[in-house]
Amino acid sequence: MDPMMPPPVRRIALDREPHVAAPRPGGNGAAPAAAPLRASKPAVTQVRERMSAESLWLAYGDNWVVRDVSLSVRQGEVLALIGASGSGKTTLLRSLNRLTEITAGAARSGRITLDGQEIYEMEVNDLRRRVSMVFQQPNPFPMSIFDNVAYALAEQRPPRGRRRRRRTPELELAVVDALRRAGLHEEVADDLDRPALKLSGGQQQRLCIARALAAGPEVLLLDEPCSALDPISTATIESLIVGLRESVAIVIVTHNLQQAFRVADHVAFMHLGELVEYGPSAQVFDRPTKQRTRDYVSGAFG
Amino acid sequence: MATAELASRPTPPAIVRPPRDGTASWPRLDRVGYYLCWATGIGLCVIAAAIVLFMLVKGISYLRPSLFLESPAPSQHQAQAGGFLDPIVGTFIVTALGILMAAPAGVALAAWLSEYGRPTWLARAVESAIEMIAGVPSIVLAIFGLIIFSQGFLGFLSQRASDGTVTGQSFLVAGTVMAVLALPLIVGATRAALDQLPGRLREASYALGKTRVTTIRSVLLPAIRPGIASGIVLGIGRIIGDTAIIVILLGGTLKNEPVDSVPLLGTLRGTGSTLTSYIYGNSPAGEGNAPQKAYAAAFVLLMIVLLLNALVTLLTSGRERPATRKLASMLTGRMPWIR
Repeated sequence: MDPMMPPPVRRIALDREPHVAAPRPGGNGAAPAAAPLRASKPAVTQVRERMSAESLWLAYGDNWVVRDVSLSVRQGEVLALIGASGSGKTTLLRSLNRLTEITAGAARSGRITLDGQEIYEMEVNDLRRRVSMVFQQPNPFPMSIFDNVAYALAEQRPPRGRRRRRRTPELELAVVDALRRAGLHEEVADDLDRPALKLSGGQQQRLCIARALAAGPEVLLLDEPCSALDPISTATIESLIVGLRESVAIVIVTHNLQQAFRVADHVAFMHLGELVEYGPSAQVFDRPTKQRTRDYVSGAFG
Repeated sequence: MATAELASRPTPPAIVRPPRDGTASWPRLDRVGYYLCWATGIGLCVIAAAIVLFMLVKGISYLRPSLFLESPAPSQHQAQAGGFLDPIVGTFIVTALGILMAAPAGVALAAWLSEYGRPTWLARAVESAIEMIAGVPSIVLAIFGLIIFSQGFLGFLSQRASDGTVTGQSFLVAGTVMAVLALPLIVGATRAALDQLPGRLREASYALGKTRVTTIRSVLLPAIRPGIASGIVLGIGRIIGDTAIIVILLGGTLKNEPVDSVPLLGTLRGTGSTLTSYIYGNSPAGEGNAPQKAYAAAFVLLMIVLLLNALVTLLTSGRERPATRKLASMLTGRMPWIR
């Protein structure tokens, strides 16, 4: 296989798409045939930097798993972190809302800022409310659909004398809104009191996204959100991600190169803890500057 | 059309299952061990059945409705010696007191041990302490309790004699020591349930910007309701069956004797008895020497304990069945801290 070739990608036609993409007839099958999913949504008018990591080093114990990484996360764009297992993608992602801290022996050097403010100087729970996360395995709480979302909305310290998570009309509206943004509302609207664990895997993951969106985060971190899902659920979530990028800055870790190509505006390729290549999606996939990136995106290793 | 389609489908082959593996081919030692296991199991079933049958036959034949309604009375004649109303009431008071103290403390302790456990040396020390308490014979706990609670400054828990000495015997005292007895069981069950929860549940909550305390209260504890419930029921079983603490710290008196005329507090500060001490007192070994009543009371106690065992089984095993879920939520669902 020609190592210069970008990955074999098939694109999804979306509704409201200006020009429906179709595979190029007679193409060699390996070349990207048309604009990716991200291009199908209207271009975001204002792209601005929200988070940035500067010469970030992360360690578990004596093991440096992220080495000298600098990149920025922009609102209005989707950033995909790609790379083989053990390349430090997930650790990097988890460091963005300081979830690495709950692992004993985690250490850090370098700066991570959110809107120019060092995140290690912020109150950790405030940070995590602004930088929310969705995990690889759908992990809804063992309560009702409604309570799952309402829990995220509940204030940390409710005013004295008021009961936590009482079902007020405002709360109900906010929950429904979050479910709508995650594209789940229509499927569950008839019974929000159903246990969340009774939902299908794809629905559970969308519930987790709704939960993460409920508190109005500014950055959404997605750790291989589709790796446990079937292609249809994956497509639903991908178009959701692309649609959300305007209101939330999105970082997605994925093993799936096609997925990265479909949803990401910027791609960061990591290998053994180092950031090998970081740039606009088209550049990383079509004109990678490093041989290692070229090998990875063409499927030569990884 | 449909029939034709049906007819064209291949007929499934007859199901042939391989014969079960017999012991005939086993080495002799394996076979001996195997049958020994069988024998032990059957023996245990026989013993259990014998206990229940014996108590059933003996107990039911002596059981009268009046026994539940009359207080015990000192009399040489059994017909006038009353029933065991007071011991039944006493059993419920001691159990309620003990579990009301042990359950919140036990759950909190388990949550701290499993979710925080810092500093490590303190967590280790607490673990060892709980293991030690779990191993202490209840009569040792009782004697220890008597020393502690007959101190002058703790007189408000029991009663003072006219010369100022504190008896150290009351429902409050017995309930407190019972709480210590039940604590390890509740801590154990709660910890086991907490440790089984997947870590991603905690991560999900932290990632939403929730504190550890909120996570424990709003996510983890509700998720382990059945575990907590089974711990509580085990604790109740332990308390209900204990005799030593009752005889030493509750007095094992014939009737429940309030201290002064204050309705509730008087009873709690006063002495009394439970079914266990009543059985002991009326058995041929005790002073009352009314074995019939002892058998009847033992039957009632056994029924209560069996009921609790069934409850544990229901709560812990068949969680998926709707009836069980309903029962579990009835038992624990309305606790305010669990929402």
